[in-house]
Amino acid sequence: MTAVLAARALRKSYRGKEALVGVDLEVGAGELLGLLGPNGAGKSTLTKIACGLVRPSGGSVEVLGRPAGSPPARAAIGYLAELFRFPGWCSADELLVLHQRLCGSAGGASERAELLELVELSHAAGTRVETMSKGMQQRLGIAQALVGSPRLLLLDEPTSALDPVGRRIVRGLLEELRRRDVAVLLNSHLLSEVELVCDRVAIIADGKLVQEGRPADLERPRGVEVETANGVRLFEGAGHEEAPEIVARLVAEGERIHRVEVLRSTLEDVYLEAVRGRTG
Amino acid sequence: MARSVITVIGYALREGLRRRVFLAVLLLSLGFLALYGVGAHFAFRDAGGFAEGEAKILDPKAFTGATIFGMAMFTTLFLGSVLAVFLTLGIVRGDAESGLLQPLVVRPIGRTTLLISRFLAAAGLAAAYVLAVYGAALAITWQTGHWAPDHLLGPALALALAVAIVAALSLLASAFLSVTAQGIVVFMVYGAGLTAGLLAQIGHAIQSDTLHSIGHTASWILPFEGLYAASLHALISNTSGLTGVVLQLGPFGGSEPASPALIIWAFIYTALVLALAAAAFARRDL
Repeated sequence: MTAVLAARALRKSYRGKEALVGVDLEVGAGELLGLLGPNGAGKSTLTKIACGLVRPSGGSVEVLGRPAGSPPARAAIGYLAELFRFPGWCSADELLVLHQRLCGSAGGASERAELLELVELSHAAGTRVETMSKGMQQRLGIAQALVGSPRLLLLDEPTSALDPVGRRIVRGLLEELRRRDVAVLLNSHLLSEVELVCDRVAIIADGKLVQEGRPADLERPRGVEVETANGVRLFEGAGHEEAPEIVARLVAEGERIHRVEVLRSTLEDVYLEAVRGRTG
Repeated sequence: MARSVITVIGYALREGLRRRVFLAVLLLSLGFLALYGVGAHFAFRDAGGFAEGEAKILDPKAFTGATIFGMAMFTTLFLGSVLAVFLTLGIVRGDAESGLLQPLVVRPIGRTTLLISRFLAAAGLAAAYVLAVYGAALAITWQTGHWAPDHLLGPALALALAVAIVAALSLLASAFLSVTAQGIVVFMVYGAGLTAGLLAQIGHAIQSDTLHSIGHTASWILPFEGLYAASLHALISNTSGLTGVVLQLGPFGGSEPASPALIIWAFIYTALVLALAAAAFARRDL
């Protein structure tokens, strides 16, 4: 798989304080990578280096083989910051026109209409930003990031201000982007959401990459829970393979079995174990 | 690149025109011009009496016209500078802290292009404003007293260049300072420049070479002051006799003509300030 985003031995320090310590990370075409970690772990710093807003102290980041921050790299990305603001006097359509001009998109009115439809803001094309709710502004921000059909989309907490319906819209949008082969780096605190949509997860703590892999691969067996007439018993460490043997043994001991469940750790368990209770 | 520059200038102009300060400056300007019209009317009407008996050696119309028009130029420069500062307020650090800058900077236009475009918009709008107010004051002066300065266009262009320099200095400050600190620092620099100009006037009146050289040096360190002084000089550069002498003792004392070196230096200075601002912006983590 060709890496759309490739960070190698990436380091960043702010006045002596290490924000990133030798991070290696890749995102492939059409891949949705969830970036998790406590506040201050270095997620936003990594995202900002990838789009050229922050200069790395060491290592490198490349977008489609070009140094992050270079004009060709910037032409290939779309970005929505965690803390962003658009000019209040701009309408949704005017904002998209501005970004079309800045990135040289020839998509015109049809691209703008399609983007607004993708984030379900077609009805608000003429609405000024200052009269929009925070959730609408966040969806408009995603539409803005998609102007010019970027190959890599960097989203920093894109659903923080969204209600459940808004989050579902964004999930649908991310799945659509995967179909279009767009690589997405999704920086989020919402583990359930990351688990639902991401192909791969990377967990950062104290500036280091501490866990990486597919959500299903990161999950581990947590035990087998058996409900008998005498109560619920947990066989820790046992997995799918051991379940029949456990049931057979309990039946042989004269127990009546009502329910058997193989327990697996959730992404939340994996995350908490990886960050070891650290919080920003 | 040209398309990006035009886009950012258009964006900056729309943003600038929607700022409340622009409306405030427009209203203040109308108030100033109205007051100036009333003042000019009565000044010209009563000037004959002031120069009575000496009419042959002191031209009351030239004396009154140059004095009140010099005052109009001071106010025009001040209001133009206020506009230039507010149009560049928070362009780098302020907008970065509010999250307004990042969506623009990630686009493939380059930080320097973005910065220069913002400067062109702010300086262009402030210069156009200065030219408009200068023209209005000139028309009022002619209408009320039938007096016009010795040079019409030179002083206006010098004032326009002066506010462009103020805009460049303000842009540089915005790369380092928060919005409030930027405003305070730029107005203090502006005040320091005008104070140096006043020192030069006093030095000229009391024939103090030290004070005069302080003013002269300041006009090179802060060329907007030198340009202002030169524009004042251009108003009366051809006025001779007792009128010229009396004017030199007043608000026009110490003013020097705009030498080609000063004009060239003003452009080089603006370019240097912008280059420094661009370098600071390029190194800044957003």
